[in-house]
Amino acid sequence: MTELTAEGPAPAAADPSYLKIEGLWKAFGDFVALRDVSLDIARGEFICFLGPSGCGKTTLLRAIAGLDPQSRGTIRQGGRDVSGLPASQRDYGIVFQSYALFPNLTVERNIAFGLENTRRPKAEIAARVAELLALVGLPDQAKKYPAQLSGGQQQRIALARAIAINPGLLLLDEPLSALDAKVRVHLRHEIKELQRKLGVTTIMVTHDQEEALSMADRIVVMNHGVIEQIGTPTEIYRHPATLFVADFIGETNRVATTYSAGAVTLGEAVLQTRAAGFADGAPVTLAVRPEDVLPHAVGHEAEPRPNHLNVRIGAMEFLGSYWRTHLTSPALGGTPLVANFSMNAVRRLGLGTGAEMTVELPAERVLVFPRGDEHG
Amino acid sequence: MAEAAGLPAGRAVRLRIDSDGWIKRAFMAVIALYLIAALALPLYAMLSKSFVTYGFDLSRYEFQVSDDSGTVWGDPVSAATLNEQLGRFGPDDLRSSSDGRLAVTELFPDFSFRSPVKYRIRGTTDNAPYLVGLDLQNSTEWRELDSNTFRRVNLRPVTTTGLQNYVEYFSNPALFSSIENSLFIATISTVLTVLFAFGFAYALNRSCMPYKGTFRLIAMMPILVPSLLPGIALIYMFGNQGFLKGLLFGQTIYGPLGIVIGSVFFTFPHALIIISTALSISDQRQYEAAESLRASKWRTFWTVTIPGARYGLISAAFVTFTLVITDFGLPKVIGGQYNVLAIDIYKQVIGQQNFEMGAVVSVVLLIPAVIAFIVDRQVQKKQVSLLSARSVPYQPRPDRRFDLAMLAWCAVMGVFIAGIIGVCQFAALINYWPYDLTFSLRNYEFNRMDGGGWGAYWNSLELAALTAVIGTAIIFTGAYMVEKIDGFRTGRAAFQFLAMLPMAIPGMVLGLAYIFFFNDPANPLNPIYGTMTILVVSTVTHFYTVGHLTALTALKQIDAEFEPVASSLRQPFWRLFARVTVPVCLPAILDISIYMFVNAMTTVSAVVFLYSTHTALASVAVLNMDDAGDIAPAAAMGMMIFYTNATARVLHALASRRILSRTQAWRVR
Repeated sequence: MTELTAEGPAPAAADPSYLKIEGLWKAFGDFVALRDVSLDIARGEFICFLGPSGCGKTTLLRAIAGLDPQSRGTIRQGGRDVSGLPASQRDYGIVFQSYALFPNLTVERNIAFGLENTRRPKAEIAARVAELLALVGLPDQAKKYPAQLSGGQQQRIALARAIAINPGLLLLDEPLSALDAKVRVHLRHEIKELQRKLGVTTIMVTHDQEEALSMADRIVVMNHGVIEQIGTPTEIYRHPATLFVADFIGETNRVATTYSAGAVTLGEAVLQTRAAGFADGAPVTLAVRPEDVLPHAVGHEAEPRPNHLNVRIGAMEFLGSYWRTHLTSPALGGTPLVANFSMNAVRRLGLGTGAEMTVELPAERVLVFPRGDEHG
Repeated sequence: MAEAAGLPAGRAVRLRIDSDGWIKRAFMAVIALYLIAALALPLYAMLSKSFVTYGFDLSRYEFQVSDDSGTVWGDPVSAATLNEQLGRFGPDDLRSSSDGRLAVTELFPDFSFRSPVKYRIRGTTDNAPYLVGLDLQNSTEWRELDSNTFRRVNLRPVTTTGLQNYVEYFSNPALFSSIENSLFIATISTVLTVLFAFGFAYALNRSCMPYKGTFRLIAMMPILVPSLLPGIALIYMFGNQGFLKGLLFGQTIYGPLGIVIGSVFFTFPHALIIISTALSISDQRQYEAAESLRASKWRTFWTVTIPGARYGLISAAFVTFTLVITDFGLPKVIGGQYNVLAIDIYKQVIGQQNFEMGAVVSVVLLIPAVIAFIVDRQVQKKQVSLLSARSVPYQPRPDRRFDLAMLAWCAVMGVFIAGIIGVCQFAALINYWPYDLTFSLRNYEFNRMDGGGWGAYWNSLELAALTAVIGTAIIFTGAYMVEKIDGFRTGRAAFQFLAMLPMAIPGMVLGLAYIFFFNDPANPLNPIYGTMTILVVSTVTHFYTVGHLTALTALKQIDAEFEPVASSLRQPFWRLFARVTVPVCLPAILDISIYMFVNAMTTVSAVVFLYSTHTALASVAVLNMDDAGDIAPAAAMGMMIFYTNATARVLHALASRRILSRTQAWRVR
């Protein structure tokens, strides 16, 4: 296949925008699936597109692959404008949830599919196939048919087939969703290792936040066709840019309140926050993760310090390493505050249902979002 | 494509089409062109033909007559005026076919070809054709002729477009009664066939009777013979010299009775396949639920079995109805004086050369076929959704009395079907029924009879082989383009419509449409008229839809992600097609080819209008030999078709098994 060179020379290898997506829109009839999406991906990065189903993550992947072209916008890969190129003239390997292995070809013929027809000598192809099989940890399965392999093995073969042609970009479309939980966790690790070893720029689409958090260098959180946030897993988790991100990744307690001079009020309690940029009296939603509710002491403080809250312990669920605890307080109204207390803390403080206690919501962990941002 | 309101201004991004894309489009264009030339245009030609009438328009001509000296001319007078004065031609005389001629001298009672009187003729409009001898004239200039030449002047008909043919058709009681007859025959046959086939399918799926495999085989036999073969067997059994004639108590087999019995025979396997499929997908759990509710067997039958199979029953009824109403061979052989629509087309075209009226009857015959087709498609869609439900297959339990009753029923049907074939075989081997009952192979000496001889048989074999190979290639590639090409949505939808259309077109109608389209000298495709090519084209087209659906079903089961994977690996689509798609679909491809082969061997309806002396076919020879009174050789030729198809089936089964075991090793875990 001849490579069509686009206008402009390719920039140097270590560029921070190996894949540059600008102003991407996609409409299916009257439904807008992608809305002005822009994104830069550096060479060698592992990126996850994360979001609920229908958020546009697969649509974005298929636009990058040239399978369903975008309606507006440009995609540049390695400095080359690929926006209008058909799939066969782009430079990527792809792995689907269904594996899409050719059922009538053996494992080695499947892997060699992209290598044959390229005037490569037979011995070289055979060597490359063997190398790839070893790389994915299935060196002795060459002669088997896909149907004779387990799901996890099939997905590894699909991976080997995709990287056989040394693509500049590896696209993974929910590659682990069809596997059972144990295999999934195992393969997660293996794919990440493989990607690190090969240094291939990788985009994975997933709706599983754990998968995204554990594998990605950076996560692109999407909702309703727009990018909500781009960041490293810790950034996304610790500093969610929107209430949607806070809600979708991990768990949050949400309380509607108003903002006033760097603090929010919760009944008579005042919670200091690090949030800024809100007008005094602005309606806001306060979000706190269950693990950020720190158990302080048993009993009520007469005059609670800032960011401390007197609560009563409601239902407690034992979840192995921690207790999921429902806390009620007149300050909170009807909705209980959910807190995750470690086994040790519960034992040390002697917490139990019905007891009264003080918890701390540290200022740097209290997240404030404008109200009316509750969609999703 | 309509753009969504929310998008920013600008041009839609379109992917550049790579060489693969062009090849795919070219392939699709070729096959679409094939369907247009072989289906859409002929049908259009036929439809427009049915609105054309030929007639002589006397008002378009004027004459002048001289005195005896040939120099003094009278006033010009219109032919219409002359006819009014004389009352020579009535409206019926002025109706015509495309090659009618009207002698003008009839309008001149004093005419004598020896007289010195001279005549002048001219047209009063641009289109007023007349012949002088063999020269066609069409001019508004006066043309002067002596009486000896004037004798050889003939008017030619002109065409008018309108509903006149239809008016004539529906006011002709003889033709109109054919509609009633066709509906009557088709309804009775449908009710009987569906009932019988349901019983048979019920026995195969719901009982523990022995010999199921044998019965299944016997039930499929009618597919292997032309539809007119049971007619021949019935003549032997119940005809004027039939050995079972007494059983009819004076009724005659020639007519509705014979047609219905024969129709049940040849439609039986078609109905059986559909109903059997419907019964085989039933859910054991429903029966367990019924049993736990203590429903009686009778009640369970009506509340579980029948509702579960209802789509199959409806579908089978419409398929049977269409087969019977469009069938031509059987009423031709055993219909006697009983006219049906398909026979009318044949009579109008072959007997009276009235192609326009043939076209009208064809359009009438299209109506029930199209309705049946549409209903069947709707029902099929629902059937599919039933199939996808997760269910536990029904396991029949032995029940001695029930199993015996089922066995008895299957035996009756088995004897009926095998008996019909057996009688034909017997007739073919008997020297001279009923006078010389010794065995001989004389009836197989086809070269001694009219109808095409052994040449016809070899032609049929050639047609069947070509249809199987070429037809399967076209159909499978076409289905692949519909199912797996990306983009190009409108084109694919149109293609899909064209591919479904043949199922609604009766063979007779297709054949007649081909005459109109390909026999037109102005058509650049005209040279294929009268050749093997047109027979192959018509047969492939006639049986296109079933093959197309088979291919689509197989292709739909293939992962839709194969194409994206192949193009990401920068492999051309044809490599994926050859290395993966075709091998995976090989069982379906073999099924399509045997279907095309068997049908090409047995079909009569489309090809009966299209064969020529050197492309006579075995199935048509059966018809023609029967027509000529050579019934025993006709039976023998019918049996030749049977042997051939049976052999093809066996070879197909063996080849399938071999190929499957060799290339489909991946299917077994």
